[in-house]
Formats: sequence, C-alpha cells, structure tokens
Amino acid sequence: MAIQEHAAAVLTAGVDAPDVRLVGVRKAYGDVVAVDGVDLEIASGEFFTLLGPSGSGKTTTLRLIAGFERPDEGRIELAGRDVTGRPPYLRNVNTVFQDYALFPHMTVAENVGYGLRVRGVARRDRRMRVDEILKVVQLPGLGDRKPIQLSGGQRQRVALARALVNHPQVLLLDEPLGALDLKLRQEMQIELKRIQRAVREVGITFVYVTHDQEEALTMSDRLAVFNDGRIEQIGTPAAVYERPENAFVAGFVGASNVIRRSGRTFTVRPEKIRMTNDGGTRRDDENGATGRIRDVVYAGMFTRYVVDLDDGGELVVVRQNLETSSTEALDARGRRVLLEWRPEHAIETKPKREEKHESS
Amino acid sequence: METRRTRIGLGVATVAVIAFLWLPLLLIMTYAFNSSTIQSWPISGFTFHWFHEAWHDPEARSSLWLSIKVGLVATAIALVLGTAAAAAIYRFRFFGREAVSFLLLLPIALPGIITGMSLNSAFNFASVRFSIWTIVVGHATFCVVIVYNNVLARLRRSSPSLLEASMDLGADGWQTFRFVVWPVLSTALVAGGLLAFALSFDEVIVTTFTAGAQTTLPIYILDHIQRGQDLPVVNAIVFVVILVTVIPVTIAQRLTGDTGVLRRGAAASKAAAAATGGGAV
Repeated sequence: MAIQEHAAAVLTAGVDAPDVRLVGVRKAYGDVVAVDGVDLEIASGEFFTLLGPSGSGKTTTLRLIAGFERPDEGRIELAGRDVTGRPPYLRNVNTVFQDYALFPHMTVAENVGYGLRVRGVARRDRRMRVDEILKVVQLPGLGDRKPIQLSGGQRQRVALARALVNHPQVLLLDEPLGALDLKLRQEMQIELKRIQRAVREVGITFVYVTHDQEEALTMSDRLAVFNDGRIEQIGTPAAVYERPENAFVAGFVGASNVIRRSGRTFTVRPEKIRMTNDGGTRRDDENGATGRIRDVVYAGMFTRYVVDLDDGGELVVVRQNLETSSTEALDARGRRVLLEWRPEHAIETKPKREEKHESS
Repeated sequence: METRRTRIGLGVATVAVIAFLWLPLLLIMTYAFNSSTIQSWPISGFTFHWFHEAWHDPEARSSLWLSIKVGLVATAIALVLGTAAAAAIYRFRFFGREAVSFLLLLPIALPGIITGMSLNSAFNFASVRFSIWTIVVGHATFCVVIVYNNVLARLRRSSPSLLEASMDLGADGWQTFRFVVWPVLSTALVAGGLLAFALSFDEVIVTTFTAGAQTTLPIYILDHIQRGQDLPVVNAIVFVVILVTVIPVTIAQRLTGDTGVLRRGAAASKAAAAATGGGAV
C-alpha cells in the first residue's frame, strides 16, 4: 500500500519533484525561534544529513518533516505534495528515534510489525515482511525477544527495521547512534550505509540528524550545516569541508583555522599546513606565517599542534606521526616554526552571519 | 573472611526479621483452627467450626460487606484521580507543579491520626453526616497517592517518544491508546488499584474518625479483641483478612516487581512515600 501510494505520488507530481521540499519554514516556541526560514530540497534515494550544534534547529526541522510539529510559516512537501497540515500518521515517512522508543510490552516481531498491523496488513503478509527486514538488519531469529533483552546495538537495529518495513518514502533518523559507544557507533555507521544501499532501490530517502561532523562527512551524499535555526551551507561533504562558505561552517566542520590577510578572511585546514623549523629566512606573507608552538596533543595516529602566530591569532596544525615518536612530538612545545600552505588551500570565507548583521 | 562473616551475619539478621514479622501472623492463623476457645499453645485440636460461625455472624458479615464497598469505591476514585494527576504532572510544566506534587504526597506522609482528625472536624464544620461516603473520602486521601505514584513511576520509566513512535508508524489516536498507552499503563493501574484496595481494607485510624455508626471489618475486629469476646471467631476472620490482603499485594508485586515501582509507589510502606514526599520539597 505504501509503495502504491508512493508510486501514485510520483506519477501525479512528476518525476522531477524532490522527495522532501521545505519552503520558508519557520517554527518558534514562545520567544525562541527554533527554525528560522529554512529552504531545503532533498532528492529521492539521497542520504542527506542535517548537521549542527545542539539548539541549531536540525532536530526541529526533522520533527517538522515527520509531522510532530506544525510550522508557523512555510510549506512542507513530500514527493511534490503539500503535507504541511497532515498529522504524522498520514505522512509516508518513518522515524528512528534517538532513544529508539521501542514498545516495551511487545516482542521484536510485534514492534517491527506494528506499522503494518495498524495499516491492516494481513498477519501472514506481516510475518513475511518482518522476517525479511530482520534479515536485512541482521537480526534473524530474534523476533520473539522483548526489547529489554537486547543490547543497545540490537535495539538500534530493531528501531531501524520497524521504520524500514513500511517502505517509507523518507526515513528520518534523529541522532540514532548517539547512545552507542564509539566502537559500536563506527560499526553502525558502516552498517547503516550498507542498509541504505540495500533499500535505495526501493527509493527510500534517508534524512539524518547529527552533531558529529565526522559522522556527517563519512555517511552523507549531501549535508546541510545548521546554525541558529538557519542553514549556513548545503553541499557534498567534500565541498562543505574544502570550500566552507563562512567562518561558522569552517569552524564547525573541522578546526577553526582563521587567518586574516589585507582585510579578508581565509581558512586553512590543519592537515594542509606544512610546518618546519623557523630558520628566520622567511617572513609572513600571503601563504605562510611564523609562530611558536603553544600546545601539543598527541593522538596516536597523528599529533595536533596549536601555534601562536607572531602577528596574532593561532593556527592548528595536524601532522601524521610518520617519523615522530610521542616524546619527540611533545618536545616540540615552545619551538619556533614556519607554517606554509599552498595558495589554493587558503579558502576565503565570509564572516559569520551575526557579524554580518552587526556590520550592515 | 570478613565478607563471609558479614554474609552469615546478614543472613541471620534477615531470618530474624522475617520471623519477627511472620510468626505472630502464623500464630493467629493457627489459632483460627483451634478447637478450644482458650488460646494456648499447642492448639488442642483442629476445626473449621469458627469459620462457619464467622460466616453466619450477621455483624461480621455486614462489616465485611461495608469494607469491600468502601475499598472498591475508594479504589475507583483513586484510579481516576490518581491517573489524571500523574498524567498532568508528567505531561505539563506548569506554575506550582512541584507544589501540587508535594500536596498530593503529603497526606500519606502525615500520621493517619492527623488525617482522621482533620477530616472529622472538616465534616463537622460542613455539617456532613457521617456515612459510608465519609469513610470513602477518608480512604481516598491515601489511595489516590498510591495510584498516582504507581502511574507516575511507570510514565517516567517509559520513553516519551512512545506516543510519537506509534503515530509515526501510522496509528491514529485511538489505535495508539489501544495498542500502546493502555498496555503500558495497565499493569501499573492494576498494581496501584490492588494496593489501594488492600490498604483501604485494613485501615483503622482514619476510619475511626470518619465513620458514624458504621463498622468496617478492621473496626469490628478491634472491638471484639478489646472486649475479649468471640476471640476464635475473630481469629478466623483475621485469617481471611490476611489472605485477602496478601493476595492482591503479591499480585501487585508481580506486576511491578522487576522494576522497583512497587517499592517507590506503594504506601504499603508509608515511610517510602514519606521519603518521596520529602524529596519533592
């Protein structure tokens, strides 16, 4: 039924309509504006991430798409159809909640089959589809367990299966890996991508909320960087990382390496900076700077150096520990260094939005 | 070896406490089958005679019936008001929320004699005639808290996203209530109701102050023990009361046992509720 509905929607709206479209969406709680005029288009089958710090409006945006919140202004379309006023149960989207929200009194199979059950799918069909999706999330044979008997990672998979079994047009994921420890989280990132590829042929679009920039860069086809209820930049991970449009994006996605040259602001990624001992032969210019190492953070695979620049400000430099040991790296504290980078790696950024407001 | 000694010590203490709690009960329950009217150990013979007599005693019967009625009505009131209060406290952040929560819990922390006296003067002041309804009101003061505590504990333990998850998966309001809200809350309601009934059923102090000419079963028992009359019959009745109280409490424990809700919610130990009430200050 879900697929037919989807097919019908595609036919009426034309294949060109994006799966999700937000037009001028605004949502306030009292005086607090959570989402402040967001425009967004997400294509069918895409893995799209809403990235931002907490309170930036990314989760509210997700909840607006799900239908848990109604926007004060603006329009929300799914596959070209306006769903702004529809309750969650009349939208062809499903959500994976941060705390999974599994029904504690139901078994895994009952949880996963819930969406089919309330839509009146026959028991036999239901069982088949539940078994099938449990295989996709690699939990075959656990159908009779209760959620309380499962590990965190398994619950995560059940939540995913419970949403995917309905073949939603859009799958919404609200920081789904936030509750897992680092190792499990990295495993699930890979797993989630595998599942997304497996269901892409059915045309399920993934909209993923996270505050973890590394997660966003690893998993997304495209991502939107949120700040203060607005979108700062939309693009592919490579574009957002390598060509941040403004200081906020540069700082949030990666380290905030800001340099000022003749009234303009640039950012240089820490791994793009070459650091050598300062022989006093070269002065600051467009593509270089001198300074003193203030801090050394040894991180195993690489070492992070914080350098105080002679003309003010600081730069973070990351060096792979190719030939340095931890003691050598830590000894570098206080040393004078010369930093250089290739001209194309210094990306000009607009100032943060707030600053723009103040100056205008 | 320190731990071993500790373990033995704790074991002995546990056995001692359980014996202290249960031996008197077992003694009374044994006396109920005593063929002699004189209570002495060991019992002189075995008989069901006192049960037969108690069953045909009209005064005992009417007081039992009154206790059941009061218990049922007080429990029903408690289920409605307690659930509503818990839902409001859980769902909404409003001005004076903590105060309301505290005021709800306070009556159970207060000694029964205070509750009883206050209700007594309030009824007198309002010229309300003492009847079964005044007893019901008296019992409802602590029954509401028990249901409230049980339901609130259950709500707090449940994920707040459950309702959203249900709607998200395509269930409308009615389906969400039927498949999610009711199953999640029902055991808490049953447990709270059973405990409330058990508490009401053996309540003496508040009843003394809020009853007129009516006699509930515990009051009947008290009267007869004080007068030293029909002790074997009273023993038989006590035997039944113990069963009637223990069974629902056991079921309630089963329904919430794995979660500790009972320990938090039940005023079977008023101290626990008092502690909760104190925590709300």
